[in-house]
Amino acid sequence: MAIHEHDVIVVGAGGAGLRAAIAAQEEGADVALVSKLHPVRSHTGAAEGGINAALREGDSWEDHAYDTMKGSDYLGDAPAIETLCQDSPRETMQLEHWGMAFSRDDDGRVSQRPFGGLSFPRTTYAGAETGHHLLHTMYQQVIKRGIRVYDEHYVMNLAVTDHDDPEDRQCYGCVAYDIKTGDVNGFTANDGVVIATGGTGQMYDHTTNAVANTGDGAAMAYRAGAPLEDMEFVQFHPTTLPSTGVLITEGVRGEGGILYNTEGERFMFERGYANNVGELASRDVVARAELTEINEGRGFEDDHVLLDMRHLGEERITDRLENIIHLSKDFEGVDPLEEPMRVKPGQHYEMGGIETDENGATCIDGLYAAGECACVSVHGANRLGGNALPELIVFGARAGRHAARRDRAEARIETGPSAKSEDGSIDTPVTPGEVGATGEDVVADGGSRAADGGALLDAPAGEVVERAVERERARVERLMEREGVNHAEIRGDLQKSMTDHVNVFRQEEGLKQALEDIHECRERYRDVAVSDPSRTYNTDIIQTIETRNLIDLAEALTMGALARTEFRGAHWRKEHQERKDDEWIKHTIVQWNGGRPELYYKPVILEGEEKTYEPKVRSY
Amino acid sequence: MSTQITEREEESTESEPETETEAGAETAPARQRRMDEKRRRAADRETERERERAGIEGDTRTLKVFRYDPEVEGKEEPRFDEFTVPYRKGMTVLDALIYARDHYDSSLTFRHSCRQAICGSDAFFINGSQRLGCKTQLSDLSNPVRVEPLPHQEVVKDLVVDMQHFYDQMDAVEPYFQGDDVPGELEEQRQSRENREKIKMSTRCIWCGACMSSCNIAAGNNDYLGPAAINKAYQFAMDEREGEAVKQERLEILEQEQGVWRCQTQFSCTEVCPKDIPLTEHIQELKREAVKNNLKFW
Repeated sequence: MAIHEHDVIVVGAGGAGLRAAIAAQEEGADVALVSKLHPVRSHTGAAEGGINAALREGDSWEDHAYDTMKGSDYLGDAPAIETLCQDSPRETMQLEHWGMAFSRDDDGRVSQRPFGGLSFPRTTYAGAETGHHLLHTMYQQVIKRGIRVYDEHYVMNLAVTDHDDPEDRQCYGCVAYDIKTGDVNGFTANDGVVIATGGTGQMYDHTTNAVANTGDGAAMAYRAGAPLEDMEFVQFHPTTLPSTGVLITEGVRGEGGILYNTEGERFMFERGYANNVGELASRDVVARAELTEINEGRGFEDDHVLLDMRHLGEERITDRLENIIHLSKDFEGVDPLEEPMRVKPGQHYEMGGIETDENGATCIDGLYAAGECACVSVHGANRLGGNALPELIVFGARAGRHAARRDRAEARIETGPSAKSEDGSIDTPVTPGEVGATGEDVVADGGSRAADGGALLDAPAGEVVERAVERERARVERLMEREGVNHAEIRGDLQKSMTDHVNVFRQEEGLKQALEDIHECRERYRDVAVSDPSRTYNTDIIQTIETRNLIDLAEALTMGALARTEFRGAHWRKEHQERKDDEWIKHTIVQWNGGRPELYYKPVILEGEEKTYEPKVRSY
Repeated sequence: MSTQITEREEESTESEPETETEAGAETAPARQRRMDEKRRRAADRETERERERAGIEGDTRTLKVFRYDPEVEGKEEPRFDEFTVPYRKGMTVLDALIYARDHYDSSLTFRHSCRQAICGSDAFFINGSQRLGCKTQLSDLSNPVRVEPLPHQEVVKDLVVDMQHFYDQMDAVEPYFQGDDVPGELEEQRQSRENREKIKMSTRCIWCGACMSSCNIAAGNNDYLGPAAINKAYQFAMDEREGEAVKQERLEILEQEQGVWRCQTQFSCTEVCPKDIPLTEHIQELKREAVKNNLKFW
């Protein structure tokens, strides 16, 4: 058995993972990045907009924090938001010092532009390819520093002790499948493991996310006992291409692009969705309007609406939106200078994730998380454009420093079951969680764990990692040897149910149906099998394991959506059309609890360093 | 490895999964309701598959895909498999490959992730030229569509090639910024708009490897840095934020035996680059810089 040993293991090599690795290395730690992709393939590279940072005179971190809290619909935690806004200028300048090719003003300083929900033009950008530049700039630093990268190594699970209370547990490392050779190897982390595996878009059948965004890290942290927070808050972007989910930037509407239905109506105005600003209403409003049109029979092919920008003229389009011409031609076969683009809402960003404090620490000792997979919580019920990239660098760096155990600053945000303020209860049609779970001796794909001995409590790191490796090896053998169901069928049905029932519009009946469907996916997953018999580059096995992760996360998300009986930010409920501040300014927490997911709540922290944020009506 | 090999027809096989249900502690009516629902859904799935089959009788495209696996019987010798997939407007080569994998053969192996030409994972040899699968419309190709791994790279399995040599060449040019005069932590290094514009195209590289694969010189000489790495060096050498001393070092790396002078300006790299980077021009410009540089020290 190969066991690799490092001080800090970072799982995932996108923006947050790379920043964490660099920070830990600067603290003197021996760091390794372990990722199922080569770093430059990470989906951070697809981010377009920019990085919000209060850099200029007339702007302040306090204003950025106010905008972010308001945008979160008062579900973000003030210590997280203030940390983001205080650290972002320094972290953004750090990228510039590492050579990132920001767009420039005439005086040679980095350019900033206005973005939705911001009171100051503080979105710092590099063309419409900010994420690409950010990702490559940090990967260059990884090369420069000689940080070890295990690319195309798929982390299957964490190595964690068995204490009853997750807060007593210790994470000692992880287990990874070497995609090229099929070997299952252990990774021991002397100081800490940082999860930075990004989004979960693949639980929907239409998403701007990459195929790789399957929430692996969030799922394994969840099963290890770290709670998931506010998973029901999912951002759907109103303009994505129907065939692929490729994003068409908000800039098209910003320049004057118009949305039409089959009646030829400019429905944002004519159907009264947004009488003042029309197509420029906020993302959730436009997404809901489009789907209403489609559901009421005024969509094209019952699937999409049209976005027309031809009236802007070729010169203006080429000057300001050139990239959109390429995207529409290349990915939809439509020349937007000649005909309108087909667009529909698509899953874009998961606001929730692994519960962490403002240092990136989870309730499990030695386990950290940062980036989209984590929930600090900065975005609350709705993320502002331009706030995802600063989250990666700010909390990536903090998680890296803390994982290296050199920075011991205290956190204000509490994590783990001890932070619970209130039990939750929901009426579910089926029992959520592992099928037939009676304890920890049943695993999702039908095997048994009874054979590998008793609980590991005070065992040395090596023993915990070795046991984790043995378990994952047995899992691979089981999946390879038997005959059974192809995961793609299960994943397809999961995606269909999530898209039908846990989308922009949510109602009780549909959410319950989704829980039943997810339960059925779990049942069928017990018979899942990998048909590719090869040890060489077996993507069948990777995808089969990813599908399990998607099931676990979809279930936690749907439980939260059913529990939250209000309309806040991106979470819309048919039966509950108001934001209910008296009852619902609290975080939804789902904890795995040995295979029997438990729902509870913890308070939102609205008290900042110097002021308390008062919830107000969110209008722009 | 040659990809000129025989072709064979791939049978598509599908089997309806049998699932067992454990009702556990559920009540009988709940169980009955659930079983009914399940049967209904199974019927729905079957209808959908029928529709898919019906679709196949409609507009279709055929892929001929290179297959190879060193350890699987019947695949140790490279071959081509044929997959016929239902066609819809806007469908790309990557969409067709995903359809074939998810419906006919889950062992069909290829790298892909973002589906929008930014991760650089899915450069293949499509109908005889290097292209990104996600960015290539089936409607732009003659049918059947031949999909092979990138030439001049070792095939790991099916369409997956070993990228290590490509990464090694990138590493060889010190592909990281080396500014020597960083201002305070809240202050940027100044850069003119013109200079940013000059390096803009070079920064668009997504490391897909299409250029290296298309280059005749790189094919015959593993030590040649190749267009991608030279372009990466161009990005830094032309960036005014790096000092003169660093630029000297960069030019020394570039004008060594396996550097810019190997390029014979055939433009094949420029032709295949999916991000439209003028690679050959960049290499030519660095040749001129190197000459100027040498004259300066005469």
